[in-house]
Amino acid sequence: MIVADQKPIKDIKEMLRGKKKVLAVGCGTCVTVCFAGGKREVGVLSSALRMATKLDDEPVQIDETVVQRQCEKEFIEHLGEQLDEYDAILSLGCGVGVQTLADLYPNTRVLPALNTKFMGGPSEQGVWVELCQGCGNCMLEYTGGICPISQCAKQLMNGPCGGTGKDGRCEVDPDTPCAWFNIWERMDQLGIQDELMQIQPAKDWSSSRDGGRRRIVRKDLQKPELDEDI
Amino acid sequence: MDNIATYEPQIIAFCCLHCAYAAADLAGTSRIAYPPSIKIVSLSCTGRTDMGHILKTLEDGADGVLVVGCLEGGCHFQTGNLYARQRVEHVAGLLDQIGLESERVRMVNVSAGQGARFAELANVFAKTIKALGPTGLKMKPAAREIPLPSPAEDELTLLLADQKPAGKGAI
Repeated sequence: MIVADQKPIKDIKEMLRGKKKVLAVGCGTCVTVCFAGGKREVGVLSSALRMATKLDDEPVQIDETVVQRQCEKEFIEHLGEQLDEYDAILSLGCGVGVQTLADLYPNTRVLPALNTKFMGGPSEQGVWVELCQGCGNCMLEYTGGICPISQCAKQLMNGPCGGTGKDGRCEVDPDTPCAWFNIWERMDQLGIQDELMQIQPAKDWSSSRDGGRRRIVRKDLQKPELDEDI
Repeated sequence: MDNIATYEPQIIAFCCLHCAYAAADLAGTSRIAYPPSIKIVSLSCTGRTDMGHILKTLEDGADGVLVVGCLEGGCHFQTGNLYARQRVEHVAGLLDQIGLESERVRMVNVSAGQGARFAELANVFAKTIKALGPTGLKMKPAAREIPLPSPAEDELTLLLADQKPAGKGAI
């Protein structure tokens, strides 16, 4: 899932300066699961902002709604009917949700209430960790299902650096396990440590952000064009 | 809020049905007084306390919110009161960001047999809220005449300082 975190109240309050009526829009997918922008968080943030702006003598009316998926236009089309009465949308979606709203409603100011952090999952209750950087060229088959791109600070491809502690922790952060320590242990558990002796060539980063904005085209799923002459 | 002199704070107490609600009942049947301005909302467990409930309560006009759960270690659902404490502390942090005094929300723990303790905590909390005055949502801070208490004078903090978790075999 995409993991996000709420911006500080003072930053959001600054964004709302001069606005009279704002629609807070949550998202029922990833940010609900990571407790950053679901129905409950929309309620808490809206209430906090209504009080904060009232205390500043610049009250903002904040109405609340949640859509099932903010990153697809079909799920946010119905919002258009009521947007005329709002000065802005405060999106509690990830960066994708904010941009989808802004793209569909170019005449309405869309403000982000969250900082989108990473693609990851919960490691324990209340803790989320990054698990994928979307490099576009997955190599998890070589590393026992543990990603050295997202979990190793140096994104090493062929074993650990010299910064692995005796306890298998990374020198960058003692709370972070060394990805390559875990990969070695996992491959040992699977009985395929010898596969790690195969040298991985330098990674082609053109499939990652180095290649600019990425997109996927699936011709089999695209809307067919009707030939007028037939 | 027209007159600060006749001001009586509105306090909502979210009380666990298994302990605090029974303690409040015991205080009543024992004729131990606590302020009538404290309105009790019973919950099946303080673990049911939602941060949105606390904020909305303050937004809708309450001056203080007290969450009263079982003694730590004595929760009917084991950890509900511990979750509640974390949420109350989070809301207190939010109030600081909003510009309201974080002392307006507190979590305290009592057992079902501690009617007198419930009344004591309720009285002290009501006194603290009265000293804080109405929230800025109802009255501009400049209009207040009662000075805010310093943290060192916060009686509830002092009262809770000797409160120990119930632990194994408590009650």
